[in-house]
Amino acid sequence: MELQTMIWLVVGASFALYIGIAFWARAGSTSEFYVAGKGIHPVANGMATAADWMSAASFISMAGLIAFMGYGASAYLMGWTGGYVLLALLLAPYLRKFGKFTVPDFIGDRFYSQTARVVAVISLLVISLTYIVGQMTGVAVAFSRFLELDLFWGMVVGMSVVFSYTVFGGMKGITYTQIAQYVVLIFAYTVPAIFISLQLTGWVLPQIGLGATLADGSGTFMLDKLNQVVTDIGFAEYTTNASFGTLNIFLLTMSLMIGTAGLPHVIVRFFTVPKVRDARKSAGWALVFIALLYTTAPAVGAMAMYNLAKTVHTGENISDNQTLSYEERPQWVKNWENTGLVKFTDKNGDGNIQFYNDKNASFAPQAESYGWKGNELAVNNDIMVLANPEIAKLPNWVIALVAAGGIAAALSTAAGLLLVISSSISHDLLKGIISKDITEKNELLAGRIAMTVAILLAGYLGLNPPGFAAQTVALAFGLAASSLFPALMMGIFYKKMNRQGAVAGMIAGLLTTILYIFVYKGFFFIPGTALLPDTVDGWLFGISPQGFGTIGAIINVAVAMIVAKMTPETPREIQELVESVRIPR
Amino acid sequence: MEFSEKMKAYWQANVRLLITCLVVWFVVSFGFGILFVDAMNSINLGGYPLGFWFAQQGSIYTFIGIIFFYTWKMNKIDKEFDVDEE
Repeated sequence: MELQTMIWLVVGASFALYIGIAFWARAGSTSEFYVAGKGIHPVANGMATAADWMSAASFISMAGLIAFMGYGASAYLMGWTGGYVLLALLLAPYLRKFGKFTVPDFIGDRFYSQTARVVAVISLLVISLTYIVGQMTGVAVAFSRFLELDLFWGMVVGMSVVFSYTVFGGMKGITYTQIAQYVVLIFAYTVPAIFISLQLTGWVLPQIGLGATLADGSGTFMLDKLNQVVTDIGFAEYTTNASFGTLNIFLLTMSLMIGTAGLPHVIVRFFTVPKVRDARKSAGWALVFIALLYTTAPAVGAMAMYNLAKTVHTGENISDNQTLSYEERPQWVKNWENTGLVKFTDKNGDGNIQFYNDKNASFAPQAESYGWKGNELAVNNDIMVLANPEIAKLPNWVIALVAAGGIAAALSTAAGLLLVISSSISHDLLKGIISKDITEKNELLAGRIAMTVAILLAGYLGLNPPGFAAQTVALAFGLAASSLFPALMMGIFYKKMNRQGAVAGMIAGLLTTILYIFVYKGFFFIPGTALLPDTVDGWLFGISPQGFGTIGAIINVAVAMIVAKMTPETPREIQELVESVRIPR
Repeated sequence: MEFSEKMKAYWQANVRLLITCLVVWFVVSFGFGILFVDAMNSINLGGYPLGFWFAQQGSIYTFIGIIFFYTWKMNKIDKEFDVDEE
């Protein structure tokens, strides 16, 4: 069957499934709309959390990031999984026991303060809106690339599908569609990886294949060979490439971990299970389902890098200086050239492709001796996953599956974010502050209207992405790490933390982190407004803006402690609330 | 009074368990995967240098183990102090 027809068929079938689920799982009450009636089985919730968590970036971009960063990308792998340990141990069970609907609910009640509630809502909105821009762009790109639709119509289709199950189904509809989306995306990710691992190493499990010997009869370990190949073309050694230093890997990993644990759309997933013990268990299952992709990604990245280098440099060794003629390039290169994700420029005019690191000054003399005049193959990170089935010569249905998987990853994360945005408006702002005696029916209606507006806004931003879309992920994690996570932690583990301390801490953490990012990335990311150069030499104590969330969190806690010591103690009834939250029954 | 003493002991047992789990969490990721990665890399696990394996595989498996261990142990502590949800 024609590839394009196959893609339409597979993606269309997955949409029919999502919409069918949405019809079956409509929400009838605010509890169903916000937290799926607290009736989700912990394993099912774990699966939904995994789909919610793994975005278009995890699915499409992460393996490529690993391929080019090698060991340096470990910060992302550990950071985006280790946060679940913090969630399971320090937040999820207690917030589930508290038993309300949203994160600002807890912060507002625990710190007996409308100001604290408003600060929490503001952090939540900034975090979730910055995050969703990237998702909607991902949805539109996936649609336009795989379905060959115009970007605008791609967005219209994507928004309509999301609309159908978020507005009517609320959290209940989102949860069941996320479970289906998880199955689609994990299947789409692991099948090509298994085949590539089989071809290169003879092992079915990519996690084992990466540490095994190559199947070419040489008896050389995959990683040893990869180290040799990448250093021969001027890149840093794959397994030790620590491009930005131990301090920054440490801080970035920590920021991503506590940022993950502080992301509102992840936290609310643990409000949907029936019991406290389910919240603990569910976080474990979420990590199992996430780990299936996250432990496969290093193998996908490494093997894709190896395949790429060996495809272009055809000789036994790189030093043989035998490179692939452009005329003889494989079909997948031709296919993806059309999208601009792979680009060839014949700099030395020999008609062959040379792929190497031309930014490495110490490798330049070597390259010159080969007659290379610059890297001729520009490769986008995303290609490492998107072109994988074609590189491994897999049938068309696998390529179609990868298309459906990428779209599922983007849609599931977008839906989770839309839910926390709309519930923070209808529940925290409208019911919590503006109109306390609103009826449940009207609150539900308000939730649906807020959701619709949020979808339209996200769609608009996805079509007209602000120039800083790529920078915003660092901002979202930095803010979650420096504002919400410390406030929630202190709310549970430090009874004497009062409202003055918490509010001062959140504001201090939030402002220092935003300021630090803006100083290096430009104010509101407007080019040319950065005050200092965004390089190791320009960074304060050599701390990168991406890793600053950790410092912001420390500032938050320090300020909160000092202010709490100078202001009146927490009232008795709040201390009792904290005691009750700590006990499951 | 007796009730509150018992709850204090329950909370202390929980915090002790938390600290143990978080030490393991820190050692496998920040310790083996980042701070001591070069030393760990002198040992091999099949074709994996051990530090690299912890950074890209081992720490993730250990994280899963930590959560299920905590869940199992905590359910026992809940029963012991008679605060479980059954």
